[in-house]
Amino acid sequence: MSLLARYRIILPAVSLAVLLAATFWMQPRAMSYFGLNLLFNLAVPIALATIAQMMIIMVNDIDLSVGAFVSLVACITATFLNDAPVLGLAMLLALIVTYAVMGAVIHALDLPAIVVTLGMSFVWGGIALFILPSPGGSSPGWLRTLMTVKPPLAPMAVVASVVIAVVTHFLVIRSGLGTVLRGVGGNARSVQRAGWPVIRLKALAYGLAGLFGVLAGMALVGLTTSADANIALRYTLLSIAGVILGGGEFTGGKVSPTGAVIGALTLTLASSFLSFLRLSPDWQIGAQGAILILVLTARLVFRQKRAEA
Amino acid sequence: MTDHESAPIVALTEAAKHFGPVRALDGVSLSVAPGDCIGLVGHNGAGKSTLVNLVNGGLAPSSGEIRFDTGGTALGAGVRSVFQELSLCPNLTVAENLRISHSALKGPGWRRPARAEIRQSLDTVFPDHGIDPDAEVDTLSIAERQMVEIAIGFAPRGTEARLVILDEPTSSLDAGIAEQLLAHVRRFCAGGGAVIFISHMLGEIFDVATRIVVLKDGKVVAERPADGFTRQGLVDAMGHVTAEEGETSETARSFGAEIVRSPEGLSAREGEVVGLSGLAGHGQAAALARLYLSRTSSWHARKAPEVVFVAGDRTRDGILPLWSILRNVSISILQQGARWGLVDRAAEEATAAEWKKRIGIRTDDVTNPILSLSGGNQQKVLFARALASSAPVIIMDDPMRGVDVGTKQDVYAMIRAEAARGRTFLWYSTETEEVCQCDRVFVFRNHEISAELTGADITEERILEASFEMQEAS
Repeated sequence: MSLLARYRIILPAVSLAVLLAATFWMQPRAMSYFGLNLLFNLAVPIALATIAQMMIIMVNDIDLSVGAFVSLVACITATFLNDAPVLGLAMLLALIVTYAVMGAVIHALDLPAIVVTLGMSFVWGGIALFILPSPGGSSPGWLRTLMTVKPPLAPMAVVASVVIAVVTHFLVIRSGLGTVLRGVGGNARSVQRAGWPVIRLKALAYGLAGLFGVLAGMALVGLTTSADANIALRYTLLSIAGVILGGGEFTGGKVSPTGAVIGALTLTLASSFLSFLRLSPDWQIGAQGAILILVLTARLVFRQKRAEA
Repeated sequence: MTDHESAPIVALTEAAKHFGPVRALDGVSLSVAPGDCIGLVGHNGAGKSTLVNLVNGGLAPSSGEIRFDTGGTALGAGVRSVFQELSLCPNLTVAENLRISHSALKGPGWRRPARAEIRQSLDTVFPDHGIDPDAEVDTLSIAERQMVEIAIGFAPRGTEARLVILDEPTSSLDAGIAEQLLAHVRRFCAGGGAVIFISHMLGEIFDVATRIVVLKDGKVVAERPADGFTRQGLVDAMGHVTAEEGETSETARSFGAEIVRSPEGLSAREGEVVGLSGLAGHGQAAALARLYLSRTSSWHARKAPEVVFVAGDRTRDGILPLWSILRNVSISILQQGARWGLVDRAAEEATAAEWKKRIGIRTDDVTNPILSLSGGNQQKVLFARALASSAPVIIMDDPMRGVDVGTKQDVYAMIRAEAARGRTFLWYSTETEEVCQCDRVFVFRNHEISAELTGADITEERILEASFEMQEAS
């Protein structure tokens, strides 16, 4: 049975390996400390945003505001957190709490998460524009240092991805609370009957999503050194794609944090790979979609084979 | 000690529950003491589920009182419920599902004790179960899931199970496994535990219950020790007169030409009711699914379909939960009545009204949502959906699961009538008594047909004989 559990992670891992091999074949110079760092640099915030999305998908909802939320966090980080750290930190904490409250409200009023989060994305976007009407700001020094640190063996992007994967794996898969949270996605009624306050669990899942969204925004500013209100809008779809690419399912609480991180890395790599192919940027989005469909088709074929066996 | 032993675990006094004007439970007094095994019977809609939910703390009573001997909540008093509709988290492993209802499992390394506890519980209730605690629940069969759920109900979970409510626990188990469960229930009660056992199979009730409580329209109409009832007396108390046995003498019914033949040897003639039997999970459902898929196209829906399917797993394959009863019935016939691709509303309504009457769907208004119906009536809707089409062949995959006796009789009669008009039924059932009503029976064993029985040969003994391998091959 552990074979099945492993199955879910094999496909994302193989997809990443194949893409990586193709990239190295196209561009052998990428096969270095510096090259890897360059390839995967922007994967860190995407991986964090993907984990945030995964927390929501884990409880059978979907979050269309991730991109706007990460952009807002980036704007706060590049302005308030830099100029007045205490105020900035308080704002970020307030954002996390807001997320948790949003989860509780969605559950209590039985609202469709897709609509609520879509609405909230405009709120986040509006605040972000209010804080930073034109691109600018600057990254706090410590954050910049953290994101550009050069660990000895592997580049920062790779180390960070591994750390994110391990931490969230323990949080979501190994821990008792994570198990109950996945249970909410699998069968909320059964969790409720066992005496758990589902509303608090949902708030917790949303709060965790908020936390990882904040981390994503901060990591992004650490890399780009400045922010803009639309800096991360594409993260919404990237994060959903990352979760699914990593072996997660839209419903039923079937998620894999390791897979989600791998999915985020694959998506980042896919765009670099397409640049190496000298594909015109006009075609890149379409090609990225094609890669996504390819991987998902492979997964479907795998699953059908398994069902027959 | 003796005083403590005889104190009831839970006592209800005049407990009532109203949902708006509907009196689901209308003043019920009941006490359950250690060692009791209470058989709870009643028709669908008699208030069994409501009573269960009051006892397990899922609902608060509108009036009356529920007291536990520990003075606290149902959970604290060791009251556990195993529900009819499966309530595990399918995405988690067996051991993780135990964790959901076992809050004392905490800290790092909780998996090992969780695994040990669920394995122990499974071993106790179902020896030789062969279920891996690390298996994800959605890789298990329905019977295995039910077994896991029962095992979780009986597992100590930090405290001790003192009162376990089993709601139709055997509906998806085959006879051997069900017997293991009944044996465990008897052991459990002998050891000072208490069980509330709900089942439509009266044989099981008589088998395990020390006391039988009959519910009707939200009230207890009879409560006696089990040996104070006869089977007929129990059925009478439930208030449903079993329909007279149909003329079983009509042996000389003639059938038309053969219209179904599958590679594995399944065949059926016009006007015939063909039963599929054998132990659960021996390929009957798969054979029917293959047959159905081979006669239909995924691309093109015909105006007059050759075969229609009645699903047994209602919630998964059957009902459209967001739709009304009307639309759930008419989905199969939209093509027939459609003109220029538009639905003929009047014809749709007429059909639904007709079938509501013919099959007896208990609702005031067919535009009510399907989920407002009880399980048995939802199943009737599925029958209506299939029968309303013009298809000559109707495939039924264990459609009577968790359906009450009255509904069953209604549906049997309907099947007989439709067969007499020349329609063919292929009917897989886990209940031998149903299969015995068929004209011809195929018994499956290990995904193959092991016997074909006709006429007087269709007896429980012959079916069992063919279901089990009698001679040792090697």
